[in-house]
Amino acid sequence: MAMTKNSFLYKVYDLYADGFRHMTVGRTLWTIIVIKLVVIFAILKVFFFPDFIRQHADKGQEAEFVATQTLNFKE
Amino acid sequence: MNDLLLNIDAGSVNWARAQFALTAIYHWLFVPLTLGLAVIMGICETIWYRKRDTFWRDTAQFWQRLFGINFAMGVATGIILEFEFGTNWSNYSWFVGDIFGAPLAIEGVVAFFMESTFVAVMFFGWKKVSPGFHLASTWLTGLGATISAWWILVANSWMQHPVGCEFNPDTMRNEMVSFADVALSPFAVDKFCHTVISAWIIGAVFAAAVCCWYLMKQRETRLAKESIKIAAWVGLIASLGAAGTGHKSAQTISEVQPMKLAAMEALYDGGTEQGLAIVPGVKVPYALSIMATNDPQGYVPGINDILNGYTRPDGTQELSVDEKIARGQQAITALAAYRTAKKNGYAKAVTDHELSVIKENMPYFGYGYVKDKNDVVPPVWVNFWAFRIMVGMGCLFILFFALILAGVYQFPKALFQKYDIAALPHWHYWIAILLVPLSYIASESGWLVAEFGRQPWTIQDMLPTWVGVSDVDSFSVALTFFLFLLLFTLMLAVEINIMLKQIKKGPKYSN
Repeated sequence: MAMTKNSFLYKVYDLYADGFRHMTVGRTLWTIIVIKLVVIFAILKVFFFPDFIRQHADKGQEAEFVATQTLNFKE
Repeated sequence: MNDLLLNIDAGSVNWARAQFALTAIYHWLFVPLTLGLAVIMGICETIWYRKRDTFWRDTAQFWQRLFGINFAMGVATGIILEFEFGTNWSNYSWFVGDIFGAPLAIEGVVAFFMESTFVAVMFFGWKKVSPGFHLASTWLTGLGATISAWWILVANSWMQHPVGCEFNPDTMRNEMVSFADVALSPFAVDKFCHTVISAWIIGAVFAAAVCCWYLMKQRETRLAKESIKIAAWVGLIASLGAAGTGHKSAQTISEVQPMKLAAMEALYDGGTEQGLAIVPGVKVPYALSIMATNDPQGYVPGINDILNGYTRPDGTQELSVDEKIARGQQAITALAAYRTAKKNGYAKAVTDHELSVIKENMPYFGYGYVKDKNDVVPPVWVNFWAFRIMVGMGCLFILFFALILAGVYQFPKALFQKYDIAALPHWHYWIAILLVPLSYIASESGWLVAEFGRQPWTIQDMLPTWVGVSDVDSFSVALTFFLFLLLFTLMLAVEINIMLKQIKKGPKYSN
């Protein structure tokens, strides 16, 4: 589909492209969002928040692992 | 096998709880302001749409800018909670299974598509789309955020009142049997109404405070005088609505979490015709009975009644905690026996018998882990005072918004005839500004009541915190707790800084 200036796709593209181009405080906010997402997904998730069950149980054995953890519970 | 036996570090559960509380409290700084400002900016733009006075477009854009700052700073702060489920609360996460997954997935999809689409149109589309489409996008942005809140609150409500599910002993998960029961449980409906309406109060207090600052500085007077009217109407309606929905919530709680209600009142020995404590020793007669049952003669069980068992007004007997512990232990033993029998290929009759024992006792499963019946009593003083802070502040907000409206409309004339909202002594404006942190304290207090009141349960009656937690080293949880504390404080400081700068800068007028 050709993207003419009257096409819906162009209008959507123009909305975002023009909007991002003319941002003022939005630039600062997007910078903060990007930094935050990097910190959350590339640092916190990777280094500090592993999936505990996936780390300790074999694939398909998750239920058995949780059963062992909860049914043999010792305080 | 012994290596796999759980020996949880006693500290890890407390650190995991503290970390979750910290993250949730921080996340909740952004959510209510987003929901509240969405209403304010929506109303301003609606007035512009009807009057086509550019002042209202500029006013709407100003509130949208503040909304945008808060929205951007709050983005993804809730995702950290989901990380914590997988790492610190793995037993719990597995146990809740797809019941949590469905609402959270819907929330993610709705939040992403609805909010990201309409937020873009709202900010970038003023000169690109028709006024009607723009107005619809502004309201849909707020609606998208509200629908997101719905699904999160559905998930939270299920933990408080697990319905629409069945425990599968093979998968060790609760499986959804009725989506409608989960999504539309009375607990979820009450929680949603009360939470969202109370969020509007925060938006209204914030907007009123910004207006008061402008009035104090004698600038942006028209914007401040017009916006404070809107904020006061939204705030008054929301405050009264929060009182009504709060009353409904209290009734639901009295039915499904009587221990929480007893803790909120520090009521040890219940009975009929119960009064509501304003502060310790000062009670409003019959008020607690009315709050819980809509009947001044209504029966409200106290903490001791719940511990020892009591007879409900309909004549049925509520089991004592000791009896529930015995039933819970039967469920745990039967579940272990069932799984062993299945593994060893025992006869179907054996597994069927264990299954029936599990099914019969599953509602008390979590009690099987309780060693002392007093362990099921939540921290009473936290609940008692948090409830009073929330309700007390709610009453203060009703007065605050009513006074603003009385001043703005100079009604009653005898009292407010000479009252000019734009020329008051400064301390009036400072009170409004100081109410912003207090509105957050009130809102967070509501969450303290909701969450401390259901202790020790991660899932009510089904899974206590110390079993739901992962066998993780408390040091690593403590480390990330302080990491978050640092990160969150920094981000909050950045947000407040950007927000204050934009408020100082003021609206951009077209003319």
